[in-house]
Amino acid sequence: MSYFLRRLAFYVFTAWAALTINFFIPRLIPGDPVSALVNGMRGQIDPAQIQSLTVLFGLDKKQSMWEQYTSYLAQLARGDLGISFGNFPLPVSEVLTQALPWTLLLIGVTTVLSFLLGTLLGVFAGWWRGSWIDGLLPATTFLSSIPYFWLGLIAVALFTGVGSFLPASGGYEPGLVPGWSGEFIDSALRHSLLPAATIIVASVGGWLLAMRNMMVTVTAEDYITVAHAKGLSERRVMMNYAARNALLPSVSGFGMALGLVVGGTFLVEYVFSYPGIGLQMLDAIAKHDYPLIQGIFLVVTLAVLAANFLADLAYMALDPRTRKEG
Amino acid sequence: MAITGVGITTPNVAPADPAQTATRRRHGLHRLLVNGKVTSGLVMLGVLTLIAVFGQALAPFDPSKRSSDILQSPSLKHWFGTTHIGQDIFSQVLVGTRSVMFVGFTAGLVATIIGVVIGVTSGYLSGSAAEGLSAISNVFIVIPALPLIIIITNVVPNSGDWTIALVIGFTSWAWGARLLRAQTLSLRRRDFVEAARATGESTWRIIGFEILPNLTAIIASSFIGTVMFAVATEIALAFVGISGISEWNWGEILFWAQGQQALPQGAWWWFVPVGLCIALLGTALSLVNFGIDEFVNPRLRASGQSTVKASDGSRVRMKVGFTPVLADPSRSKEIGI
Amino acid sequence: MTVTTEVVLAAEGLTKHFPVRKRGRELLSRTNHVVHAVDDVDLVLRRGWVTALVGESGSGKSTVARLLAQLYPRTSGDIRLHGESAAVSTARGGRRFREYSRKVQMIFQDPFASLNPVHTVRYHLTRALRIHGRAGKGKQELHSALAELLGRVQLTPAESYLDKYPHELSGGQRQRVAIARALAADPEALLADEPVSMLDVSIRLGVLNLLRNLKERLNLAILYITHDIASARYFADDTLVMYAGRMVEGGDSETVTQHPAHPYTRLLVDSAPDPDRITGSAQGLVQEEGVGEPPSLITPPDGCRFHPRCPFVMDKCRTALPPRFDVGDTETHWAACWLFEEAKA
Repeated sequence: MSYFLRRLAFYVFTAWAALTINFFIPRLIPGDPVSALVNGMRGQIDPAQIQSLTVLFGLDKKQSMWEQYTSYLAQLARGDLGISFGNFPLPVSEVLTQALPWTLLLIGVTTVLSFLLGTLLGVFAGWWRGSWIDGLLPATTFLSSIPYFWLGLIAVALFTGVGSFLPASGGYEPGLVPGWSGEFIDSALRHSLLPAATIIVASVGGWLLAMRNMMVTVTAEDYITVAHAKGLSERRVMMNYAARNALLPSVSGFGMALGLVVGGTFLVEYVFSYPGIGLQMLDAIAKHDYPLIQGIFLVVTLAVLAANFLADLAYMALDPRTRKEG
Repeated sequence: MAITGVGITTPNVAPADPAQTATRRRHGLHRLLVNGKVTSGLVMLGVLTLIAVFGQALAPFDPSKRSSDILQSPSLKHWFGTTHIGQDIFSQVLVGTRSVMFVGFTAGLVATIIGVVIGVTSGYLSGSAAEGLSAISNVFIVIPALPLIIIITNVVPNSGDWTIALVIGFTSWAWGARLLRAQTLSLRRRDFVEAARATGESTWRIIGFEILPNLTAIIASSFIGTVMFAVATEIALAFVGISGISEWNWGEILFWAQGQQALPQGAWWWFVPVGLCIALLGTALSLVNFGIDEFVNPRLRASGQSTVKASDGSRVRMKVGFTPVLADPSRSKEIGI
Repeated sequence: MTVTTEVVLAAEGLTKHFPVRKRGRELLSRTNHVVHAVDDVDLVLRRGWVTALVGESGSGKSTVARLLAQLYPRTSGDIRLHGESAAVSTARGGRRFREYSRKVQMIFQDPFASLNPVHTVRYHLTRALRIHGRAGKGKQELHSALAELLGRVQLTPAESYLDKYPHELSGGQRQRVAIARALAADPEALLADEPVSMLDVSIRLGVLNLLRNLKERLNLAILYITHDIASARYFADDTLVMYAGRMVEGGDSETVTQHPAHPYTRLLVDSAPDPDRITGSAQGLVQEEGVGEPPSLITPPDGCRFHPRCPFVMDKCRTALPPRFDVGDTETHWAACWLFEEAKA
């Protein structure tokens, strides 16, 4: 229980830290470009929107830093993230709501799949030292050294083109209306295959290696020998004894690795013009769309924290030592 | 990250031999270098460093110079082909190596130094200061690095190689810090630290001379991991168009390739060689990392043969923790098997 | 035998309580739990004498050694070096600690763990000499100081040991290096925390003899901590017995080991194989009665801490902590047990 509470407290603290970092960043921009943009748009946006932008970026020089900070927090609590300059006149929250599901789906599915695949292969690689699986190691390491986005570019070059099955870009066929229709879902799936495959191929190596190293260390422990001596089947010892214990560091590292995956996914979205948050952010940077940039950073960080928390819960379920009271 | 459970090697105890000379001192380092992985990795890194230093002189053409050889595929004149305005891609790669290596290693250095200071201090000292440092490191680990770096580099004016390197260094130290903190915590309880205290060593000497030397392998591994991350990040930044990085950073080459629609035009030579170079650097770093891992944890060394032939011709599969016992058919009747 | 030799180190009422970290629901409660590692320990170390401190794991004997070495600050009680009280803050380090450590040095149980695996023997000894200002000036003086140190612990020729790493030495050699390191400070008191427990049995005698030799030549006061009461008889002049953080018996070694008074000491002696007593205990201590485990030190039992396991337990033992009572005729043998409470004549 105390483990759970400590982790919860930590995430609350980190979320607060993220909010505060988010608060300070735009105030570091020299030359105050935001004021200029806002003034340029003054005729077109209503006073409420101007007010929300003022709070977000500290445009009102008469307020003290602390007052700005408290108004900022209050505004966030209402869910108001300002207006997007690039997607004018959409509010930032709406832009995010459109883009977020695509990214969540892509990252969610690919991360879980590459974790499962990599860890499973790692179990076999560690258990059967010297078998052909060890040959996979240099290959996957090599693949992991290649940036995600480059793999994406190659994939586009190799597998797409006129008349091929896999589309080169986008989230779905342009012209289709997003909805739950079979045609749309089919198109969406096809469009996500290549990006997903890119991410999986690039990240599987890391999990494989980590799991293999842990398996090697665990296999040499005495309790494995005892399990063999008891007469248990090899598969049982490998899975229920060795893998179960070797899994723990990978699970606890899962949350941390997620940060890296998020970064890589952004780049993949860019390459494939996949309509997720990553693409939005890179677009926003090009267009100096400060409210959107801020909003994306916040949402992404909070999402990563939430995922970390879930990973910690999974760890709690797997490692009985964390449940010990006192 | 291929950081494994690290322990100090516990080799077998050899009886003292008066004939041994003082060259034994380098025994450990020597063993590390003999490891094939480390050597090949270091050789590759060495080659790349030379290119980084002498790239400009080695390049056959001025990378920015236009020419009339537009979008040519690789030939003897242009080893990597040319761009849409006739620039030689091979020269671009050579010249850009400097930026890539510089930013990568500088960021790695900055991050490792910060990580060592914060990690070891928060591990050795106890109290609220240490807990605070630990909390800060955890915060930095969890916040996704790439979005943060993108934002900061965009916000800071006049970014050059140094700025990018510093920004990356200041956002990626936390992983190493946490690792070092955990190791320091476990080392702190070891008898030799208490013995050093009992001898009268001061706290700073204990941290610097007793604890740190035992952490060199982890620090090296963490440094390399951070360099890998820094290289990937700076190339990604250049690729998406964050300005300010030196001319012809490999990511910038890819940026132009993407912008000029190299793919649909079939100009594969514009980005394939670059990617392979990136992979080469990454692989070199990984090899050195593996070598260090195996040095520290001898169990990870390649097991060599996994199936051996016994003298009577039967094949036995070797498994960790097992001593295979073969029944001797000629004696089986005696024993009653 | 009553010999008045100079007292080097004395402890009086030495107590150490370690705070226990609160977990979970306990965070809300006000009571702070502590581990009563050491309670009210008195001991005296004299020049040229070996005092043994005997007890099982968890009895607090190692903690006593670390308190005497000022590695932890004591909770209460007094530690006197040559009659002068050492302040509690000595344990925090600094000049006062260094001056203290010049006189009082410690040897640890695990010879491999007490030497830093990345440093050579030369480094360990040179540091020890330098800190205490005995490294001399220049390479020649340093070298002879090192050679002399190694000579004292019988590791000769010095050249063949100086550049070795700990993993290249055998267990006995490492422990000798540890002893040499302690001697570098030219101490007056040596606290040996189970110095031979982790050595092969055949080597133990050699190291113990070395310690005895050093004691005589350098007139050291040695505190010998062990769980093996038989070796205390062989090696030590005085023996003190500890249980669950408290002292339960004391006296000269021969008497304590041959005629143990306290039921716990009797238990220890009976469980140590001793060729002199093959035929079994004449005092009729029933073997089955001695089973059990040491108590929790966070909530130690009331009264005498041994009462849950004691075959001779009386009602008084459960509630009242027994003070020290003299045993027999000698004035030096005492036991903290209600069995020995007699009306003074």
